[in-house]
Amino acid sequence: MLSHQGEIPLRLELRGITKRFGDLVANDHIDITVEPGEVHALLGENGAGKSTLMNQLYGLLQPDEGEILVDGEAKVFRTPRDAIAAGIGMVHQHFMLVPVFTVAENIALGAEDVRGGPLGILDRRRNRRDVLATSEKYGLPVDPDALVENLPVGAQQRVEIVKALTRDVDLLILDEPTAVLTPQETDELLTVMRSLAETGKSIVFITHKLREVKAIADRITVIRRGRTVGVASPDTSEDELAAMMVGREVSLEVSKSPAEPGREVLKISGLIVDDDRGVRAVDRVDLTVRAGEVLGIAGVQGNGQTELVEAIVGLRGIRAGRLELDNESLADMGTKKILRSGVGYIPEDRSHDGVVKEFSVAENLVLDMYDRPPFGNAFKLNPKAVSENAGERVEQFDIRTSSADHAVSTLSGGNQQKVVVAREMSRPLRLMIASQPTRGVDVGSVEFIHNQIIHERDNGTAVLVVSSELDEVVGLADRIAVMYRGRILATVSPDMPREEIGLLMAGITSAPAEEEETE
Amino acid sequence: MTTDVDAAPPSSPPKKEKEDSFLSLFLKNLWSANTVTVTVLSIFLALVIGAVLIVVSDSAVLAKFSYFTSRPSDALTASWDLVSQAYADLFKGSIFDPEAFAAWIDGTGTWQAALNPISETLTYATPLVFTGLSVAIAFRGGLFNIGGQGQAVIGCVLGGVAGFAFDLPPGLHLIVALLFGLIGGALWGFLPGLLKGRTGAHEVITTIMLNYVATLFLGWLILQKGVQDPDRTDAISKAIRSSAELPALPSPLRVHLGIVLAVLVTAGVAWLINRSSFGFELRAVGANPPAARTAGMSVARTYTLLMVVAGGLAGLGGAVQVLGTADKLTAQVAGNIGFDGLLVALLGRNKPWGTLLAAILYGALRAGGNLMQVDVGISLELVTVLQALIVIFIAAPALVKTIFHLRAARAARLGASLAKGW
Repeated sequence: MLSHQGEIPLRLELRGITKRFGDLVANDHIDITVEPGEVHALLGENGAGKSTLMNQLYGLLQPDEGEILVDGEAKVFRTPRDAIAAGIGMVHQHFMLVPVFTVAENIALGAEDVRGGPLGILDRRRNRRDVLATSEKYGLPVDPDALVENLPVGAQQRVEIVKALTRDVDLLILDEPTAVLTPQETDELLTVMRSLAETGKSIVFITHKLREVKAIADRITVIRRGRTVGVASPDTSEDELAAMMVGREVSLEVSKSPAEPGREVLKISGLIVDDDRGVRAVDRVDLTVRAGEVLGIAGVQGNGQTELVEAIVGLRGIRAGRLELDNESLADMGTKKILRSGVGYIPEDRSHDGVVKEFSVAENLVLDMYDRPPFGNAFKLNPKAVSENAGERVEQFDIRTSSADHAVSTLSGGNQQKVVVAREMSRPLRLMIASQPTRGVDVGSVEFIHNQIIHERDNGTAVLVVSSELDEVVGLADRIAVMYRGRILATVSPDMPREEIGLLMAGITSAPAEEEETE
Repeated sequence: MTTDVDAAPPSSPPKKEKEDSFLSLFLKNLWSANTVTVTVLSIFLALVIGAVLIVVSDSAVLAKFSYFTSRPSDALTASWDLVSQAYADLFKGSIFDPEAFAAWIDGTGTWQAALNPISETLTYATPLVFTGLSVAIAFRGGLFNIGGQGQAVIGCVLGGVAGFAFDLPPGLHLIVALLFGLIGGALWGFLPGLLKGRTGAHEVITTIMLNYVATLFLGWLILQKGVQDPDRTDAISKAIRSSAELPALPSPLRVHLGIVLAVLVTAGVAWLINRSSFGFELRAVGANPPAARTAGMSVARTYTLLMVVAGGLAGLGGAVQVLGTADKLTAQVAGNIGFDGLLVALLGRNKPWGTLLAAILYGALRAGGNLMQVDVGISLELVTVLQALIVIFIAAPALVKTIFHLRAARAARLGASLAKGW
């Protein structure tokens, strides 16, 4: 299984790849060349056809036209097995691991070491040794005996990469590998990618995140609506890359006037919240959000932000402390009442908590107001008002759908998020909570959603933004609270250098936070 | 093997320059795998397999196959005769019997005989509509109500006891007895609903257990003094007073007012699911509980209320069965209506009107099966096999699509919804 021969560089060429699904042309004559030892970024918005292209390269789909050349020789991949045999491996966006298996078992799965013929016994020891050898060789620490379900996401991804590498591949496709990673894990991954490239492996890196592309890629191919729109070098500016991706000029900076903070709308003091396992997630947090300002909460995901926000909207019980909205206690109020007293909530996991995918756009737009006039009452719905409301919101929030009666699942991620944003912002608000408001959202929609959040602030709403993307927090917030292990380490100005905020996010407070505000 | 770009691409899509004619468009739509097509084809496939079973299970016809090579026509004719007669009986027994109809026209028969097939079909269908709706509405809310049987049994018990124990004026007595059945079923649904909402106890387990409790309770109750018919020694209750009986067409027709009630309730359930605030909640909770919770809905309350409604429907079905068809309580009074309700809901794809149609189809198979058994001596169990085959094909739409090479259109998502029950 393990490569004992030297590294054979692999040169990949895709020529005129075309793939149609019915009338939709997902890939339209795409040409890409990946040189040996190159990190080649494939940049494009959600739905641009990146994953379709890679699935053809990995044998999961067959191209309608065009050819795949490996080292100058045309190949046909009918199954992933063919692709692996030709030296191509893939790490999927959603990991293909068995949670209850150990790391070593997962890596062996599908290519088990067996002693004594096809009906023989598994050679677990050799398998384990191979895993350790690969892990050491490429500097990818994994514990072969750990159960995958107990590993953090970043470690699971390393398992996937080690799994691909033990199959002796020379070209590794990474499909949106950073979508699920924390900033630190992302940095680690980028280092791993660089060192793999140095050993002669080629890497195809699929993403829509510009910063990462610029940090790691040797060459960038930009795809838009199934076509190659150009090949760029990492020197290209982010604005130019974004324009290539979206097809028009986009502003990556959030433009806003200085905040004019008013009364204290949300007051949190001494808040203690436990997570699902009963472990303390929010530890004595004090925060204040004023009308007309954006308070950003920066922090690596999993430091209590989720629990904090859930406690505010009544989805999670609190152990101690006070939660007040305009001096009225939110504790024991219930989510429905809290939302109706003027709190808007954009949950961090859109498809899990934000929308009901089977429901139409129109129904999702009234998901939390369906039994209030004009959309209905405690007894019945008013379909006319629901559909009129949908027409207005679709227009106002630029939701791209051919009909508001279509299921939300037919929309792109960005447009699904716009449905959530439209729903939460279409009623008078005192407090707006936006958790990861642009996760998995295309560049064009990010700009729109950011502008809506600032617009809400300018209307005098208190806004709380939680994001694990520091850029987003810095761009939106008027004040930034850095959260680490359930505590607010400091409240700083967005003008503070990124590196210092980054240190705070890692829990390092040795440098005194000079700009800390006094409440 | 290498692909050559210059050679004709293997699957280049046809040029769509001409407008499709209406007919070809119609056929294309018909042939694409929509749920109606899959249902109809499933029934067809089940009948084909049923035909094979009919032939195989008849020793006389089977004997003719022993000399198939010398005279194939014997075996084929005998098979054809048997199968066609069986299926003709299935039709005549359930929908329309031309001979009885002709007899009525020329004065030698009665109109009752001409209408009897339809009457039988609707009689069998009536309780299934209620139990089917019970399962369907629970399913839309993400619950797998296996407890339709127990809820129907409790509906039978309370409806039946109210039917013979009270002495009330006609009409009022009927309404009270039906309400007793409804409330009994609702209570039997409330328990698993509350357990699910409050503690997360899986409704499949709790409802199955409550089925046993209900059935055994019925078996005990009909032997008690005051319930058991004093003139009988076996397990049978007193007869329902005529004031509590559902009005029926003149004997021997058995169809009663229950079928009208079934249609009204179907319309009510359709309104409840699609147009009411509670329906919005239950659909949201059924499709995505976390999102419903985030939007401020109470998932526990929805589950509880939903099981109350589902149980009430099944209980009403049980009461209708007692007050319309059975007239007294026996250990078997509810038959299998709760479990058949599961299959009816499945066949109707958990839509209220679909469930009504599926119940009528089930009733038709049952009514026709009776005639088939009397006339050609084919066991009634064959009908059960047919019903089972239809459900298997419907539950595996991919199989039907492969057999008929249907376009993979908006496929029936039943497989997924079935898996979700667990």
